[in-house]
Amino acid sequence: MSSNAITIPGTQIQTRPWVDELHEWLTTVDHKRLGILYILSALLFLVIGGVEALVMRIQLMHAHNNFVSPEVFNRMFTMHGTTMIFFVAMPVLFGFANYLVPLMIGARDMAFPRLNAFSFWLSFLGGLLLYFSFLGGSGLYGAGSAPDVGWWSYAPLGARAFSPGHSSDYWTLALLVSGFGSIGTAINIIATIVSLRCPGMKISRMPLLVWLNLVMAGMVLIAITPLSAAQIMLLIDRYLGGHFFDTQAGGSAVLWMHFFWIFGHPEVYVLIIPCFAFMSEIIPVFSRKPIFGYPVMVGATVCIAFVSMSVWAHHMFTIGMNSYANSFFTLTTMAVGVPTGIKIFNWIGTMWGGKIQFKTPMLFSIGFLFQFLIAGLTGIMLACSPFDWQLSLSYFVVAHFHYVIVGGILFALFAAFYYWYPKMTGRMLSERLGKWHFWLFLIGFHLTFDVMHIPGVLGMPRRIYTYEPGRGWDTLNLIISIGAFIQAIAILVFVANLIISYFKGARAANDPWDAWTLEWSISSPPPAYNFATVPTVSSRRPLWDLKHPEDPDSRYE
Amino acid sequence: MSAVTTSFPNTAAGWQLPSRGKVAMAGLIIAESAIFTIFVVAYLFYLGKSLTGPTPREVLETPIFYTICLLSSSLTIHFAAKFLARGIGFAFLGFWLLTIALGGLFLYGTAEEWHRLIYAHGLTISTNLFGTTYYSLVGLHGFHVTAGLIMLLTVAVLGLCGRVGMKQSGHIEVLSMYWHFVDAVWVVVFTVVYVLGR
Repeated sequence: MSSNAITIPGTQIQTRPWVDELHEWLTTVDHKRLGILYILSALLFLVIGGVEALVMRIQLMHAHNNFVSPEVFNRMFTMHGTTMIFFVAMPVLFGFANYLVPLMIGARDMAFPRLNAFSFWLSFLGGLLLYFSFLGGSGLYGAGSAPDVGWWSYAPLGARAFSPGHSSDYWTLALLVSGFGSIGTAINIIATIVSLRCPGMKISRMPLLVWLNLVMAGMVLIAITPLSAAQIMLLIDRYLGGHFFDTQAGGSAVLWMHFFWIFGHPEVYVLIIPCFAFMSEIIPVFSRKPIFGYPVMVGATVCIAFVSMSVWAHHMFTIGMNSYANSFFTLTTMAVGVPTGIKIFNWIGTMWGGKIQFKTPMLFSIGFLFQFLIAGLTGIMLACSPFDWQLSLSYFVVAHFHYVIVGGILFALFAAFYYWYPKMTGRMLSERLGKWHFWLFLIGFHLTFDVMHIPGVLGMPRRIYTYEPGRGWDTLNLIISIGAFIQAIAILVFVANLIISYFKGARAANDPWDAWTLEWSISSPPPAYNFATVPTVSSRRPLWDLKHPEDPDSRYE
Repeated sequence: MSAVTTSFPNTAAGWQLPSRGKVAMAGLIIAESAIFTIFVVAYLFYLGKSLTGPTPREVLETPIFYTICLLSSSLTIHFAAKFLARGIGFAFLGFWLLTIALGGLFLYGTAEEWHRLIYAHGLTISTNLFGTTYYSLVGLHGFHVTAGLIMLLTVAVLGLCGRVGMKQSGHIEVLSMYWHFVDAVWVVVFTVVYVLGR
């Protein structure tokens, strides 16, 4: 079938059968294509998870609403949380790491291309497995039902008695499978960075994005695996009659919480560190200055990675630990703020005195800086155990972590999309739509999540499917829901921008932003082999050296 | 120093990086260690918390012989890898098969112990907390031994067909890293289950 296109010149030269094209994408082991597949699958799940959020916001729009039943509401928040963390945030960050790390270190591909493809398909099929529960959750005899026990599935809710049918099994297996995918990718990233750097790329010269992804991958090895272990234990409990989390046989529900949060808290840093990486590449380029305090940035990241491993029980202040544990976890949690603060000062130091260009990637980066700071401040508030006793499990906590995940991670991701889209597709994203996207999303975000702190302080618990009128929550919830819809419109603008610019966007040159790292030295999109000749690097900004032979960075290193 | 001459280092010739296979295996070992740590923590946390018998003190016997088998297999695989690196094929194969035999013997020991526990003492994974944690921890380790044995057997078959030579030395070293890890885990499991746990 494909021979037609080759033998008859002049007719259908460009059009290959779409089956061939699809086959190539499904069987690819190229890090760039896998990166794009990761990102596309994450965008698909982002839309699904976003719709689930909207369902919840419609339900909570006014008191005594009947838009969905309590059971459906429970499924919505469970699936929303699980989807957004495991099948949106992780894959999209792995996608960028996959795409960018080999290009930035001058490598031909990842260290293990087939393991890379295997990891992607594990993670994607894990997502499909999770969503299959809507059909198969109650087995063949009943209607389907998705898991409804919260994204952390606290014991004993995950046990057979409280989660009959297979809904929790799909949840467990989906997380186990995608967890193995994450471990595979993390190993691949580490091996690539350690073993495939181009000549001259000493670890002190790696771009910060590469450094931070190395730290992230190291954290994945230690942080995701406890979750996998706990999922295996849950499977043993559910299928082999084990008693790990069975309190009636002496098992402990609290142990599950510990295991879950030993994963759960470092996971936040697994997600945010690649976003720090985006910031550390984008802010210097649009401030026209090299990054301020490169070694300190690396040191602070490693420090965050270490400290974040010992803060998990701040999610558990309300279960009644002794005062020593409370003090310890309060102190360590506050300690994380120090290296994080160093990073924020370094980014501001980079912008200070620079010729700042307010292109869309930079707008999102500046939004990230402000919002991540506020998210950190409410984090410090919740780190005080007495304060947490008052507000844990309220909408204040929901507002806090959405400030981190949407205001921090998602804003950084949008910046990355606008910055690297030209490299990935060869087309620029529209600046006009980009500005619409930014301002709409900014307004929607603040309308939703600034306001959401207040019902939390007023005592509105999380995960309730409805509430009594006259508690002072009604207007606030309406505003929150309106903000959610403004964000949804902004996402539509974004998706429209991705699609329209792919076909009609301005052609991107090799280096549209006048940047300094190796990926901008090759064509957009890059050829399959990446680099025609293996580059040699003699400073942290190899492209600067090429463009300014009279004043190379290498002179100062 | 003039900047021009020093700016481009002596390129590929002097540029040596660690082998990707070893780095990846080190990564896998770190990840696996974290999984085992969680299971060990669960075992220690639930020591003595079973509501019904049997208890470890009543039913466990220290498997000294089989432990010696597994630990010495670390030595034999080390020799096998060394011989392969020096190109002595038959010595490599001999030590390799010996490693498989020792690993197999260890697995037999586990099977024998489980058979005794199940049929003589009525201890299964659902009997009590001890059963749950014991079979999970020892079983997880046994699973890793089994996976290792399958890989060792694959190499043995290839070796008997004459397909394993000095060129494959790097791969064999990566595999032997995994086997050493499995042995090291057994030291921990042995200490926890048979020494501290009784």
